[in-house]
Amino acid sequence: MHASVRPAVSVNIPSTGTNNAARESAAALAMRMTVSKVNFFYGSKQTLFDISMGIATNKVTALIGPSGCGKSTLLRTLNRMHETVRDARLEGEILLDGKNILSQDVTSLRRRVGMVFQRPNPFPKSIFDNVAYGPRINGAKGLIAESVEKSLRRAALWDEVKDYLHKSAYELSGGQQQRLCIARALAVDPEVLLLDEPCSALDPISTAKIEELLVQLKESCTIVTVTHNMQQAARVSDFTAFLLIGQLIEFSPTPQLFTTPGDPRTEAYITGRFG
Amino acid sequence: MNARLRWRKFVSAFMLSMTGICALVAVSALFFILGYLVFHGGASVSWNFFTRLPAPVGETGGGMANAIVGSAKLLFLATLIGVPVGFFGAIYLAEFSGTATAFVVRYAADLLNGVPSIVIGIFAYTLAVLPFKHFSTFAGGFALGLMMIPITLRSTEEFLRSVPVSLREGAMALGASKWKTIATVIVPSAYRGILTTVLLAFARVAGETAPLLFTALGNRFWSPGWRQPTASLPVAIYNYAISPYEDWHRQAWAAGLVLLGLILIVNIVARGILARGIAVSRS
Repeated sequence: MHASVRPAVSVNIPSTGTNNAARESAAALAMRMTVSKVNFFYGSKQTLFDISMGIATNKVTALIGPSGCGKSTLLRTLNRMHETVRDARLEGEILLDGKNILSQDVTSLRRRVGMVFQRPNPFPKSIFDNVAYGPRINGAKGLIAESVEKSLRRAALWDEVKDYLHKSAYELSGGQQQRLCIARALAVDPEVLLLDEPCSALDPISTAKIEELLVQLKESCTIVTVTHNMQQAARVSDFTAFLLIGQLIEFSPTPQLFTTPGDPRTEAYITGRFG
Repeated sequence: MNARLRWRKFVSAFMLSMTGICALVAVSALFFILGYLVFHGGASVSWNFFTRLPAPVGETGGGMANAIVGSAKLLFLATLIGVPVGFFGAIYLAEFSGTATAFVVRYAADLLNGVPSIVIGIFAYTLAVLPFKHFSTFAGGFALGLMMIPITLRSTEEFLRSVPVSLREGAMALGASKWKTIATVIVPSAYRGILTTVLLAFARVAGETAPLLFTALGNRFWSPGWRQPTASLPVAIYNYAISPYEDWHRQAWAAGLVLLGLILIVNIVARGILARGIAVSRS
């Protein structure tokens, strides 16, 4: 296996260069989250095997692989959403800013590590109340309107909905609903944003908007996205992890993984020979 | 057309018309009862019926004001007991479904739902009448409340469970605790269904007679407070119907009409609320 805690960046980053470039590459390597030796079980069935990887700060990390390879499961462990399933069991360690998330309070962890799901899941409330939901349950008083506007702007939805904030979220199109869900997640100012195939239920134009958005968002937020669309991973991500039946096969800078994959199975997958 | 095919066509037509006839019988039972009540009791439903106390034996006229107020008080108490217990129990069931406890609770609720109402009456009598040595509004409300619990519980649970998991996950991913998720997302999404459930449970116990016979007992006068026997529409119907007086029979019919009218209205309102849709789109 080529898996290591850090993506194999040495190939891609020039070893010589100006101080500036060196500093940049060092910054690029700061790890917001670190997954080490994670094994995951549903009951007695093991679905993740000894996964170790780093999630680089303010970068987009993509998880790819065929259906059932465990990419969504891995993503859900990052904010402990796996705990909503009975009989799920996790071994290993996941660090957020150097602290083990498994020993933290789960609700405050999820405020720092937000999540957007495969299908848009706005609450049956107004657009405003959807975005305000996170700040409100966290006890924010006042300034909620400002926080809602800021989040909708960050999700590139403000201009489309600013005159309809009190309409039901269900009146939006699927793509708008998904951006609303992103805005809702951003409203609690998470350090990490997890996206579980955020575009799989959307049309190409909505998909393009969300991809563009992810690239903008990484300036302020660390992003991990699951996708079964390899072009998408190639377009938006800085690092890509390829998983196969619960194992991390390869984890590299995205250009490298797609041009010179280090493992024959990765090559077979990205050239479409299976999956 | 050969004989075999003709026979098949005949059987098909015969069975289809049978289903139609049975459906018609089912529907017409309601209209027949309603018509019968209007025919016998319609004339006696007057202003006096709603505002006057029963007339003394031998006199004609009078009304059932005390029974109407008594029923309202009993149902108020029943709702106060049955709805909170059923509602919170349903939340427990929806949250912890799949556990052994949930199975036991659900099964027990179904059994309680099947307990004959007269048995509920005896139970309430032992618990809420004997220790205080007198019949009371409170005991009647307690008996009706017991009957409301399983009805509210099971239907509320169904509506809570029909809220998509994705909404629950959405709230939890924003850092909402389990209780916050229930209170701010799950229950608001299912509130129409829950409201309907409460109304239907209310309508269901509004006509119950047996649990009131030896709890609220009956009363020919006003029943101030909660600690005295009280009249109620179903028990009044029972007492008037078995009496030997022609005028009382008419009053019983009228009371039946009023009671059925009330239950029908509550049912129609409940359906109306539900027809406006569960707030959640099922995508």
